[in-house]
Amino acid sequence: MTLSVSLRHRFGGFALDVAFEAGPGVTALFGRSGAGKTTIVNAVAGLLRPDHAEITLDGDRFDTQPVHKRRIGYVFQDARLFPHMTVADNLDYASRYGARASDRPRIIDMLGIGALLDRQPATLSGGEKQRVALGRALLSNPRLLLMDEPLAALDGPRKAEILPYLDRLKAETGVPILYVSHAVDEVARLADHMVLLADGRVARAGPLFDVMADPAVVPLLGVREAGAVLRGRVMAHGDDGLSTLQLAAGPIQLLGVQAAVGSDVRLRVLAQDVLLSLSRPQGLSAQNILPVTITAIRAGDGPGAAIALDAGGDALLARVTGRAVQSMGLEEGQSLFAVIKATSVAQSAISGAAI
Amino acid sequence: MMLDAAGWTALRLSLLVGVTATLLALPLAIWVAWLLARRDFWGKSVLNALVHLPLVLPPVVTGYLLLLSFGRNGPAGRFLEETFGLVLAFRWTGAALAAMVMGFPLMVRAIRLAIEAVDPKIEDAARTLGAPGWAVFGSITLPLIMPGVLAGAVMGFAKAIGEFGATITFVANIPGETQTLPSAIYALLQVPGGEDAAIRLVFWACVLALGAVALSEWLARRVARRIAGA
Repeated sequence: MTLSVSLRHRFGGFALDVAFEAGPGVTALFGRSGAGKTTIVNAVAGLLRPDHAEITLDGDRFDTQPVHKRRIGYVFQDARLFPHMTVADNLDYASRYGARASDRPRIIDMLGIGALLDRQPATLSGGEKQRVALGRALLSNPRLLLMDEPLAALDGPRKAEILPYLDRLKAETGVPILYVSHAVDEVARLADHMVLLADGRVARAGPLFDVMADPAVVPLLGVREAGAVLRGRVMAHGDDGLSTLQLAAGPIQLLGVQAAVGSDVRLRVLAQDVLLSLSRPQGLSAQNILPVTITAIRAGDGPGAAIALDAGGDALLARVTGRAVQSMGLEEGQSLFAVIKATSVAQSAISGAAI
Repeated sequence: MMLDAAGWTALRLSLLVGVTATLLALPLAIWVAWLLARRDFWGKSVLNALVHLPLVLPPVVTGYLLLLSFGRNGPAGRFLEETFGLVLAFRWTGAALAAMVMGFPLMVRAIRLAIEAVDPKIEDAARTLGAPGWAVFGSITLPLIMPGVLAGAVMGFAKAIGEFGATITFVANIPGETQTLPSAIYALLQVPGGEDAAIRLVFWACVLALGAVALSEWLARRVARRIAGA
């Protein structure tokens, strides 16, 4: 499954000109508000007619087809359930045209909406609405799923409630997903590929792990949000709340890991939370010390510099000051040690999803 | 407040004219309201003005224009008679046409408001689920605007029952054929000793009109509740 998108569109002084490909799994369209994300998904769905478009799915060009013939599931930021129908009727509406009624029990079970079937949409919470909207989109038997900031309208607890369902959705359905977001933590947790948009253009696109570890994307993500995503395996949960995870470069200890022993997880390690040391530090409160090699140094516009590191095959990103680069004499190919504080890897940045 | 035979005839004719006019005008009113609410096209403001014309023109003028175009010698009237054998002038069918034209703007206004209250994003969602345009209208838009459609129908019906100026100009005042309640009351007031019968008709006209307004108010409240609830 490969979605290929090439679009040009102009409106009110804004020019969108993008071309990218999205393979199987979750492809995140990431960018600040106004970067053109929603315009792109609306054009793919057919709700917007761009000035120029060439959109194909496995070679089948569909940008000339009307919306209802495209077979593209769309989960909107505001769930857009039909207010005059019950949850069950909303779901049936999709299978009426999508003819995927046989999957109905499985989808209802996967999203945990069985108890909601007789309710009216107005009586549902935001998270429940969004789960029903997800089920409805899946029941239309889509070839492609578009999700336009499906969590943006939800508060923290509601987000946490729905994220595991998205993990399951990704693991259990083979439908490729185009996921629009401006929240780096969601993208780091869910996406396999990432398309970074800035001012209506593709600034960077590629596999998530590569893009997140690229020092060049630091200014695009923001210095506080930038950070590599690592794969790890949960080895043990200690009595003191610290869990041991095995990374390619060695074991590290982290707080608040929920995933079961033996499961593979993703860790998002913010660049500003990684310290560098020329020698293996002694007598330090931080216990996670990984041997690394510098692969690239990129000076920022401000006083900071982004350092790309290789940690036993995994890519890591550190952000230090330009003055530190000078005084430590950092250069490409140099071997040194990265220090990660156990408490600095946020719980929300640790995902239990299949990788 | 019992009516005599002539009174009953006028009341029955009013109901026939009102129901016929409402049922025939309703689909057209829904379509025009949808065009005005959801489509941009060349001449939209002209259509809007045309729809509202009967509301602002003196009814006698509307009736006379109907007579000129739908009378036996009018272009539309001759076409209908030659093609379908349908005669409107001085027939109850003409009274129904006059009632349709006069009630039409009221229907369109009520239905248009209801359509504008439906979020087009909901309709977009239905399209992405595979529903073609007509199915979206039938399964999403129409059920959501139904209270507005009913309210519009009641308004149109009430207008049809009460219509006088255009009707009497277009189809005159023929007992048993074109003499509706208002025409009958007018006729009774022109002859000495007709007041008593006129009062009875006035009572029934009030009953019909108040009933229609009460129904329309009740439906309008339901629309408001529905929009607030959604």
